[in-house]
Amino acid sequence: MNQVDPITRRPLELDRAAAPPSTVLIRGARLLDPRPGLDATTDLLIRDGLVAELGDDLAAPEGAEVVGAEGLHAFPAFVDPHVHLRTPGREDEEDLDSGTRAAAAGGFCAILAQPNTDPVVDSAPVLRSLRERARAQARIPTGFMAAITVGQRGGQLTEMAELADAGAIGFTDDGLPVRSAGVMRQALQYQRLAGRLLALHEEDPSLSGEGVMHEGPVSALLGLAGIPSVSESTMIARDCDLAAYEGGRIHIQHLSACGSLQIVELAKQAGVQVTCEATPHHLVLTDEAVRTLDTNFKMNPPLRGEADRQALVDALRSGVIDCVATDHAPHAREEKEQPFELAPMGVTGLETAFAALHTELVLPGLLDLGLLVERMTAGGEPFGLAAPRIEVGAPANVCLVDLDAEWEVGEAGYESRSANCAFAGRRLTGRVRMTIAAGGVAYRERTFALGAVA
Amino acid sequence: MKRHLLSVDDLTRDDIERILGRAASFAEVSGREIKKVPTLRGRTVINLFYESSTRTSSSFELAAKRLSADLVSIKSSGSAVDKGESLKDTVQTLSAYDPAAIVIRSPHAGAAALVAGWTRASVVNAGDGKHEHPTQALLDLYTLKRRAGSLEGLRVWIVGDVLHSRVARSGILAFSRMGCEVTVCGPPTLIPRGIETLGCEVRTTLDDLGQADVVYALRMQNERMTGSFVPSLREYAAQYQIDGRRLGPNQLLMHPGPVNRGVELAAEVIDSPQALIVEQVESGVVVRMAVLYELLAGRGAPSGVPAEATTEPQPA
Repeated sequence: MNQVDPITRRPLELDRAAAPPSTVLIRGARLLDPRPGLDATTDLLIRDGLVAELGDDLAAPEGAEVVGAEGLHAFPAFVDPHVHLRTPGREDEEDLDSGTRAAAAGGFCAILAQPNTDPVVDSAPVLRSLRERARAQARIPTGFMAAITVGQRGGQLTEMAELADAGAIGFTDDGLPVRSAGVMRQALQYQRLAGRLLALHEEDPSLSGEGVMHEGPVSALLGLAGIPSVSESTMIARDCDLAAYEGGRIHIQHLSACGSLQIVELAKQAGVQVTCEATPHHLVLTDEAVRTLDTNFKMNPPLRGEADRQALVDALRSGVIDCVATDHAPHAREEKEQPFELAPMGVTGLETAFAALHTELVLPGLLDLGLLVERMTAGGEPFGLAAPRIEVGAPANVCLVDLDAEWEVGEAGYESRSANCAFAGRRLTGRVRMTIAAGGVAYRERTFALGAVA
Repeated sequence: MKRHLLSVDDLTRDDIERILGRAASFAEVSGREIKKVPTLRGRTVINLFYESSTRTSSSFELAAKRLSADLVSIKSSGSAVDKGESLKDTVQTLSAYDPAAIVIRSPHAGAAALVAGWTRASVVNAGDGKHEHPTQALLDLYTLKRRAGSLEGLRVWIVGDVLHSRVARSGILAFSRMGCEVTVCGPPTLIPRGIETLGCEVRTTLDDLGQADVVYALRMQNERMTGSFVPSLREYAAQYQIDGRRLGPNQLLMHPGPVNRGVELAAEVIDSPQALIVEQVESGVVVRMAVLYELLAGRGAPSGVPAEATTEPQPA
């Protein structure tokens, strides 16, 4: 992958544990990669970690693993720009090994970890120690974001230039908004020196207050404090204006509301350098799900109304939403086994992202399969990470998916250390069988029978 | 009837009619000198209260005692709850005593439903956060029916802080289920967005209060005054207080208690013959007896044979 900062043009690096480059011959899968216009049912040879050849009846090199993939689809593997790995601090909820295993099981070949850990990733030493741990434990390339403000307290900017030098892929105070417009403006000004995209959790705390779910008829019924959609859209409007004024580059995280989309669309038309992401749970579920008070439907931003959801799907199709992000947010079981108002916000989603969107959007004909693949592989682009491609000479980032496989989420447990999945118990169609990330096999489904080795 | 009473939504109109009828027959018991029947002898009822409460907890206690149940009352202070025990662990511990019913009051919405997933006992929601308070709604129906004769077609105005009121939410559901026409009225800052989807009208002034057959005033909590929900107590009282000028001679007045005299209600209406406030308190005991009876009495005699424990949390 071509990896340079979009502003300073300096190189970006992801980290993973050393893995030998694989030589794999995938036989008979339907290869689908919309970027180079690839759609063919043929063989795919990966040699020494690179895409070596596409074509019918390819010969297996000596020592190659041969995968009989007739009936399966091979896509460029996915990129998730928004994952919480809970390390350091809450390794009981997720660690670099389990989190990257969950990602690989979901077909991802690269993820970006958020800095709202304990301690917060707001200094170069913390970032360096994380990167070092990733080089020992991460099963797929993992990038680390650093905080915009010290301790994510919204006051003082972090040493962004040093953090960028130390390898931060981007900056975010995710989990919290940058409350002060003045601080946001300074971060945008400083971006001219430090580079790196500013990824923003958009929420006006004076509007979201004590809210625990979307404000609407369901919150009225349940007597739960609501988070109005304007708490998101007004902050997005503020930050789009600031980005335009300072010529900065921003990425809106987990956008959830129809009004927010209208603002982003206008900003894009006006030439503001803004990109945005949406999560599978916001694209599939609504606040109706919260009626059960199941804490696996509690996250921030909250599940919105049906009109919001439909607007998100339209925007994913049109490209106003640039990419899918999971906002994978593991939480301990005892923390989620509490009354809704007390339970922490966040749901896991790496292992279900593709299957949920395939089942709920592609199968009913709302979204083209190729377009879904495009949006699920685009998550690194705003940060300067090129999307994976199935092209001769490219590093092998491929996931093999059985689009007909039906499964029940959580039935066989999770690769993640946490089980707070928004799709738990749902039947989904489409299962990742194998993931090759940066040239190495990162995941193989346990039941996936491999072809004979030639 | 379902095994638990978690929400007014758990009750059909028939269920409600039956509970109200049962309550009326218990009213006869309450008139006796010995106010006790042996119905629930040998059964255990646990009152688990995570919020301070006078009316609800004492009336549940009296209800259980008058049905001859063994009663354990637990308040959050001075119990393991104080020591940081989780709700789940507390409930599983108490369930080991094999209670027939757990009555729970919690500051958090959905707590009763969670408890129902962790115990074999029947669970009664005695108030969960700002969500619901179904036995309050039942006693309101009972009280109103005794005075008005029939509930069908009555126009009920619920006035005050609807946003923070579980009484309002259960009331809207219960009154409309019994054929009343419900209107909620209060400051726009204290009316939750989307409340009309529960089947009520929304007003922000008392201009048309004259349409109401029943005026149900909600408690205005002092702590709401500190935020900017209403600019001042004075302005709230000026706009929304039910007083002798606003309450017509043929209108009935209800209030869940405790009343803030001079805030939501003027003294002259509290003590007027139109007020049902004392009857509401009286009804609390017999209605809660009826609820415990409905949930427990039909459910077979207590047996010494332990059934298998349910530990799976209930998704719903």
